[in-house]
Amino acid sequence: MKIPVIIDGQLVKVEKGTSVIKAAGIAGITIPTLCYHDALKPYGACRICMVEVIYQKQRRVVTACNFPTEAGMEVHTDTAKVREIRRMVIRLLLARCPDVPILKKLAQSMGIEDIKLKQKDEKECILCGLCVRFCDEVVGANAIGLSNRGIEREVTTPFKVLSGTCIGCGSCTYICPTGCIEMVVDGEKTGMRMEMGNISIDPCQDNYECETCDVDKEFMTTVKRVFAEFRNKYSSH
Amino acid sequence: MKKIRTHSDFERIKQEYLKKSSGRTIVLRTCLSTGCRSQKSVAVSEALWSSIEKKGLQDKIEIKQTGCHGFCEMGPIMVVEPQNIFYKKVTPDDTDEIIEMAANGGGVIDRLLWKDPVTKETVKCERELPLYKNQKKNVTYKSGRIDPKDIRDYIAAGGYEALIKVISTMTPDEVIDEIIASGLRGRGGGGFPTGVKWKICSESPGDIKYIIANGDEGDPGAFMDRSLMEGDPHSIIEGMIIGAYAIGAVQGFIYVRDEYPIAIDHLSGAITDAEEYGFLGNNILDSGFSLSLKIKRGAGAFVCGEETALIISIEGRSGMPRSRPPYPAVEGLWGKPTVINNVETFGNVPLIISRGREWYADTGTKNSKGTKVFSLVGKVRNTGLVEVEMGTTLREIVFDIGGGIRRDRSFKAVQTGGPSGGCIPMSRIDMPVDYDSLREAGAIMGSGGIIVMDETSCMVDVARYFVGFLMGESCGKCVPCREGLQQMYRILENISEGNGEEGDIDALLEVGQFMKTTSLCGLGGTASNPVLSTLRHFKSEYESHIFEKKCTAGVCKNLFDYYIDDKLCTGCSLCRIKCPEKAIEGKKKEPHVLDKAKCIKCSICFNSCKYGAILIT
Repeated sequence: MKIPVIIDGQLVKVEKGTSVIKAAGIAGITIPTLCYHDALKPYGACRICMVEVIYQKQRRVVTACNFPTEAGMEVHTDTAKVREIRRMVIRLLLARCPDVPILKKLAQSMGIEDIKLKQKDEKECILCGLCVRFCDEVVGANAIGLSNRGIEREVTTPFKVLSGTCIGCGSCTYICPTGCIEMVVDGEKTGMRMEMGNISIDPCQDNYECETCDVDKEFMTTVKRVFAEFRNKYSSH
Repeated sequence: MKKIRTHSDFERIKQEYLKKSSGRTIVLRTCLSTGCRSQKSVAVSEALWSSIEKKGLQDKIEIKQTGCHGFCEMGPIMVVEPQNIFYKKVTPDDTDEIIEMAANGGGVIDRLLWKDPVTKETVKCERELPLYKNQKKNVTYKSGRIDPKDIRDYIAAGGYEALIKVISTMTPDEVIDEIIASGLRGRGGGGFPTGVKWKICSESPGDIKYIIANGDEGDPGAFMDRSLMEGDPHSIIEGMIIGAYAIGAVQGFIYVRDEYPIAIDHLSGAITDAEEYGFLGNNILDSGFSLSLKIKRGAGAFVCGEETALIISIEGRSGMPRSRPPYPAVEGLWGKPTVINNVETFGNVPLIISRGREWYADTGTKNSKGTKVFSLVGKVRNTGLVEVEMGTTLREIVFDIGGGIRRDRSFKAVQTGGPSGGCIPMSRIDMPVDYDSLREAGAIMGSGGIIVMDETSCMVDVARYFVGFLMGESCGKCVPCREGLQQMYRILENISEGNGEEGDIDALLEVGQFMKTTSLCGLGGTASNPVLSTLRHFKSEYESHIFEKKCTAGVCKNLFDYYIDDKLCTGCSLCRIKCPEKAIEGKKKEPHVLDKAKCIKCSICFNSCKYGAILIT
């Protein structure tokens, strides 16, 4: 059943329960995101996609990535309040990661010159969790996860030791918005290795040839080919 | 065969137990809850047993090892019935005397009675203690009166009657209507109407539903839920069974933090007993309704008290909140409709069922019904567990029940609702305590911690402490909570170290408001409350820290000095003797002098001076 939703004054009809961000996409309106990806379940962590919705006479600020639309809902994606929230998200993230290009670019587009907050960290990871969720939901390898909590939180392998669960697909490097996971060409066997901060993960050293291995070798060959092509294309630019 | 199938089985078991214990008219109620145990109440209890055996009074005197009575500060405490004599700070050496006095039916041991710190008068009876007499004990009534490890004692005190009533005479919808009509709201802090939550869950499609009791009490200085779980575990279980019957759940969990070993022990014993008596398990009381309960131990993350994080934690993953909607009542544990309520909320349910909605709705204020349990701590004379009617003023709680501020210092503020709550100043002390008034004052009910602060508490430091606590407990998933708390903490730390700058207050307000509107869960959404409420009511203190570099409360070490007033100093030398740095000098009976260069501001002299001669500049 399709329901009518008004997004920035534009009427669109969407399936009931469609997230606000998808409905906005149908209307041709882009909402900035940092932790959202079409292929993954919404996560709602970066809060940059916040929009104002009016439903049943109630005005609320919600995250567009996971808030379901209802019939007659009015969505405003560019109000003064929304802009203020987005600016604050970028300022807070810049205080953590001052040198990340995507944040600098967003800051520029929002006209932020001085973040007016104390900078202490010089990290690159914004903890959007895309790499971890992609490795879990799409690849199914679960080679990396989030450990610790609060300001100590970080992306790492289990127990922070070199892990052989990684299949070396490189999805994490590809999906990372800040470029803090690097794919390193190393060694003769597998040819790549992921490095993030002070930890690294290693794909299987035995080239997935053990009898007990679950990894589909044919799949691995395809993955490697696709990524080799991707790398070549990328480096030639 | 213990299994109860009919009402007459139930009555038979109750009467048998009452008959068995009727011979022993003298009952010594000793508290074996965490507070008293830390003061060696187990040894007292053992000594009482051996004294009784020595005198051969086993048939006359009964020792009841109960849960929390409420006056934890005076532990180990005990009450001698039927005279209702209250003894505090009992040691094993006192037991022979206590037994002898009790057996003779008269006489009171004066040195063990509670003495009013102001009037110096002793109080004999438990019910006359100021801490107790102004309370209205409903939920915590049985705790301290029954043996939490004996289901028969709970039954004899009227327990499980509500469940029998529900199963034999009420339909699930009638139960829900009764709870809605009573006006019961969630006691975990949010204050959502319990009956409405049950109704939403009951109407959500699905053949499998779950019921969860939240006993993950993590606020610093709060022990209401722990006391209830330790002292009256069956009331929680009974409430859960009634709730499960109402929504149609077949499986339930009690989530308890692992730091509460006694609560876990008593709850698991209570579950086993309830299964044995047929209140849990398959075909409860021959009604065809079944429920199994399990305890899930929490690993000590504050954020797991948040309902979505708690559910994820039960599922076996690391506790991180997720966005709502969908609410747990629609999509909760393993994606199934789930009711999750605080343990105290469940403790209210049997009372509502057995005494009726009118009785319940009669107490409290317009929008907040019933009573609320608080843990009253901080700079008050009487600290402990208190239960008061909703709408009782803060003044009554702090001055009548709590007995006022210690050492005759002046009241400054109360912090309600734990780290996510706010500070309420003297000007609001006549405010009735209910969900709406507290929210309006910038604080929250929370799970019910009340921390009283006096003139020696620095509000900037209080805000810094709570923000620091939350910074360590934030799960780190969403940006506002993780980064915002960090920013606020840095600013507050700078202010309390004397490095505050102009613009800091604005930055705190900006980040605080931002967190309130944009955080993913309740932890982040309320985390700025300590800062925002202190800024609202105590802005001048922030300003004096930032601009004058002064901490008038004498807490922020870089921002004050101690000095001795030579007119007030009697030269008693107590401060000189106690000072660990030998910074105070002076002859007996002559005014002493404090050397600021040596002083480390440990506050020992300040707190030990009986003449108030040590002042803060």
